[in-house]
Amino acid sequence: MTTNIQDSPRTALSNPPVQPGQSNLGQPAVRRSSAGGPVAEQPTPLTEVAKLIDVSKCIGCKACQSACIEWNDTHPEIETNVGVYENPHDLTPEMFTLMRFAEYDNPDNGNFEWLIRKDGCMHCEEPGCLKACPAPGAIVQYTNGIVDFIHENCIGCGYCVSGCPFDIPRISQKTHVAYKCTLCSDRVAVGQGPACAKACPTHAIVFGTKEDMKIHAAARIEDLKSRGYENAGLYDPPGVGGTHVMYVLHHADKPGIYNDLPEDPQISPVVEGWKGPTKTVGLAAIGLAAVGSVVMGLFSRSAVADEDEHQAQEMVDRAAAGLPVDPIPGREQV
Amino acid sequence: MTNSWTDIKNTDLVIVMGGNAAEAHPCGFKWVTEAKHQRGAKLIVVDPRFTRTASVADYYAPIRPGSDIAFLMGLIRYMIENDKVQWEYVKAFTNASLIVKDEFGWADGLFTGYDEEKRDYDKSSWDYVIGDDGFAVTDPTLQNPRCVWNLLKAHVDVYTPEMVERITGTPKDRFLKIAEMIGECSSPTKTMTSMYALGWTQHSKGAQNIRGMAMLQLILGNIGVRGGGMNALRGHSNIQGLTDIGLMSNLIPGYLNIPTEREADWATYMTSRAFKPLRPGQTSYWQNYPKFMVSFMKSMWGDAAQKDNDWAYHYLPKLDVPSYDILRMYELMDEGRVNLYFCQGFNPLLATPNRDKVTRAFSKLKLLVTMDPLETETARFWENHGAHNDVDTAAIQTEVIQLPSSCFAEDEGALVNSGRWLQWHWKASDMPGEARNDVWIMAQIFLRVRELYRTEGGAFPDPILNLTWDYADPNEPHPEELAREMNGRALSAVYDPTDPTKVVAEPGKQLLNFSQLRDDGSTASGCWIYSGSFNEAGNNMARRDNADPDDTGAYPNWTWSWPLNRRTLYNRASCDLNGKPWDPTRKIIEWDGEKWSGYDVPDISPTAKPGEVMPFIMNQEGVSRLFSRGLMRDGPFPTHMEPFESPVENVFNKRMRGNPVVRVFAKDAADLGTSDEFPFVATSYRLTEHFHYWTKHNVVNAALQPEFFVEISEELAAERGIERGGRVRVWSKRGEVWAVALVTKRIKPMICDGKTVHVVGIPLHWGFVGAARKGWGPNSLTPVLGDANVETPEFKAFLVNIEPAVGEAVS
Repeated sequence: MTTNIQDSPRTALSNPPVQPGQSNLGQPAVRRSSAGGPVAEQPTPLTEVAKLIDVSKCIGCKACQSACIEWNDTHPEIETNVGVYENPHDLTPEMFTLMRFAEYDNPDNGNFEWLIRKDGCMHCEEPGCLKACPAPGAIVQYTNGIVDFIHENCIGCGYCVSGCPFDIPRISQKTHVAYKCTLCSDRVAVGQGPACAKACPTHAIVFGTKEDMKIHAAARIEDLKSRGYENAGLYDPPGVGGTHVMYVLHHADKPGIYNDLPEDPQISPVVEGWKGPTKTVGLAAIGLAAVGSVVMGLFSRSAVADEDEHQAQEMVDRAAAGLPVDPIPGREQV
Repeated sequence: MTNSWTDIKNTDLVIVMGGNAAEAHPCGFKWVTEAKHQRGAKLIVVDPRFTRTASVADYYAPIRPGSDIAFLMGLIRYMIENDKVQWEYVKAFTNASLIVKDEFGWADGLFTGYDEEKRDYDKSSWDYVIGDDGFAVTDPTLQNPRCVWNLLKAHVDVYTPEMVERITGTPKDRFLKIAEMIGECSSPTKTMTSMYALGWTQHSKGAQNIRGMAMLQLILGNIGVRGGGMNALRGHSNIQGLTDIGLMSNLIPGYLNIPTEREADWATYMTSRAFKPLRPGQTSYWQNYPKFMVSFMKSMWGDAAQKDNDWAYHYLPKLDVPSYDILRMYELMDEGRVNLYFCQGFNPLLATPNRDKVTRAFSKLKLLVTMDPLETETARFWENHGAHNDVDTAAIQTEVIQLPSSCFAEDEGALVNSGRWLQWHWKASDMPGEARNDVWIMAQIFLRVRELYRTEGGAFPDPILNLTWDYADPNEPHPEELAREMNGRALSAVYDPTDPTKVVAEPGKQLLNFSQLRDDGSTASGCWIYSGSFNEAGNNMARRDNADPDDTGAYPNWTWSWPLNRRTLYNRASCDLNGKPWDPTRKIIEWDGEKWSGYDVPDISPTAKPGEVMPFIMNQEGVSRLFSRGLMRDGPFPTHMEPFESPVENVFNKRMRGNPVVRVFAKDAADLGTSDEFPFVATSYRLTEHFHYWTKHNVVNAALQPEFFVEISEELAAERGIERGGRVRVWSKRGEVWAVALVTKRIKPMICDGKTVHVVGIPLHWGFVGAARKGWGPNSLTPVLGDANVETPEFKAFLVNIEPAVGEAVS
């Protein structure tokens, strides 16, 4: 395997470089940008990466959550216990990944199973958030597949939440911008694996090229099948063009039992279909749909201040009209 | 651990019972994942709750807290009945063939010799028949009905799968499936590893739980082999080191004993420590006890310890009771017989049973000193925190002094892990504020006390005045100086015993290892089992070579492992009577016709012939013990005993309550509840998100598991009208707590002896200081009772009641 940081990432299992390295991400590697934001003319060609989460090896220890908090220097609230193991209770602007615990009585063999899944951004090849985003350059995708939020360009409108088939981004009420897992783009850029993979004590989380991760997954699936999990498989949903975060599931035929992991995630046809000025209409439609159907959508929409809403609309309109968009004054960078 | 963490990757089957490795030891658990992934190993979990370890297990079975012995004896019965025995191993390497005295027997749950008045056994019948030659009599054919094997067979006969189900609540089909999986490991080429922790030790018969599994492992031939062993997962960083260096009231470093009052002089003390071999030609390594002991005394008192004053034996305190364990100390404190209590790295207000009693006891002290890097509840036991610590502050006159000390990353030294590896670490950061490391604090106290003795005299100043204290800076001995002292050095020339003209260690030099210790005063060593850790080659604990030839998992040059850098104890047993590995793919060592060698340091004299010298060199028999003679207070075989608080009676003897030889103080006996009043079985445990009462100070850990809760089944919740996430009151005979109810399918009611048994799970980790929400620990509820042999408190099985909390919510 090549050791060129400029291209192939190291897996989290190998020792990463210790000497300072040049970042291989950033604008030169942007191949896709929201709302007509700038993309590199000839983006740095990077090998596609992926994080593989093997739920059958996961012990739900939350070391990934801890590492995520430490690396990203977030400050999740000390909440209450509401009678479950999930804490914080949901993804938040301060908690980009979350262990979700599902108690499952397997009807096929009468066995009880405790299915633990690390939730977080899936880094879709066709990212619904990016497509829904009206703020130029607020969401980008690099040539290695990582989908990153560029906070200084974010207008906090929450459309990314509506556009995400996995219900991942969260809008901060303090900074009014959207947050989610970056796949530790700042670590990956210099040859390190994501913090969660580094911290995972059982190597349930591994990181590398997407191709390597698929090979690794195949071996794991074979092992699971030998243990009686006939439907073990890889979760790399085609509806979003595949993902750069994949799961090995013991019951790949029933992703829904893992705390509602979508069976066949798709980008909303409204988002998929729009072009130019129709985007505004489409966004409004999603907003309404969210209010009516998705609890999280409701939450995130209501979290956007009226003023922001107004400014967002203005920016969308300007962008649609091909006019330059200034960042909103006074917004903190994170 | 007999083996090491890294060795677990070599196993075929992991049984986690009496522990919860994935949650309490997540980093070590990686080796289980490794074994599953690389070798296709299987994982069995037996636990009252479906834990996070169970979530990645191949097979799980529930068990009623405190009934493990029945399960284990049932397994042994199954192995014998179904011929799942590694016969060659059992015959050669265990005491199966030794003949036991005719008087020994078992009936109605009790062994011969029980004295109800004394709550103790007369153990004289629990022994071998000794022949005229002075050796134990054997019958290698195992035909003699009085040989250990036949007695064991008779002893376990009652533990049928039906009886196991009746006592433990484990469904018979689940028990049998597990027995079948384990039985496969009787093959010489298949091994099982046992990973256990406080789920087995914190019982009034904890030591017998562990013996039960050790016996099963011996019958399967799984001790001393790669991927096998009895692997105790220590509950605390460096708690292995704590026991190694004897931080217990009855121990001297290296598992030597503090004398008792009955051993008034050196000669008497040594008479019971001759350790003469019980079989011809056997090693009986404890015969070297005098060398370890004299070297210890020389290390402590140097020139003041001489042959003609019995090595200053009179300096050693003599115990008037078997031990001053924490349960006894708090009893004495509660009686007003303790003035001053030093709490070093310990938070007993949340860690010692019956918190009410602890508070009462602390309130009777004149002075309480805490040494801890963190704020502890103990230091604030006098402070009123509403329901969380409802004390009358004005009525407490105890003076409390808090001495802030250092965390592990703020000083240097070795931490000993569960696998007996002494891993040196270096300081990463300065201590905050006025914190000082423990060595500095202890040195300051010692120097001041010595000065007081020097100037004012005292009843017996000699042991203090003559204590060796020759450190470069007496105010703060350096960790390397202390480590060198434990390793030991030559005080005068040390000679080769086979060639008295040959000097093996020059005066002043560090000793190579404990083979150079002498009982003539020429050597000093503070802790004989650590001898070799810091010799003339340097600080071996600081080694960081991660090479592992042939991927055996031994990592021989990574830090240093006691004893002698040996990674797998009893590794001689990995080979047959010809010295060849049972499983050539899992070779550790091998006999080449002249000597033993291999990947690990042989646990046998290098030239001991395989057919002659047996592998269990620390035992007088040379073999391992399926029958433990009189070495344990509660029986030479494990026998089922109920917890002191149990929902059911002992099926063998309705009059027996708990372990019949456990020490129970009168007041504590009155504080025991019964199932009429307290119908539910409670058990306590840790959660992955926290480490004891430390990490609640950390905002990250506090965010990941913020608030005290208890776990109950959906059935119990329905029965008591408790809602998921609702608040409940849990109370025992000794106290009460309020918590959030975590209602789960992971706990299910069990049927034991015809009765439905509900389990209430009570995690620890919350108190009234720190970043997490205020809460309680299980010790508000648990009884003051310890294991019969080592006094580890019974935290894992007790009775409670539960109801929805009414009135004002406490949070």
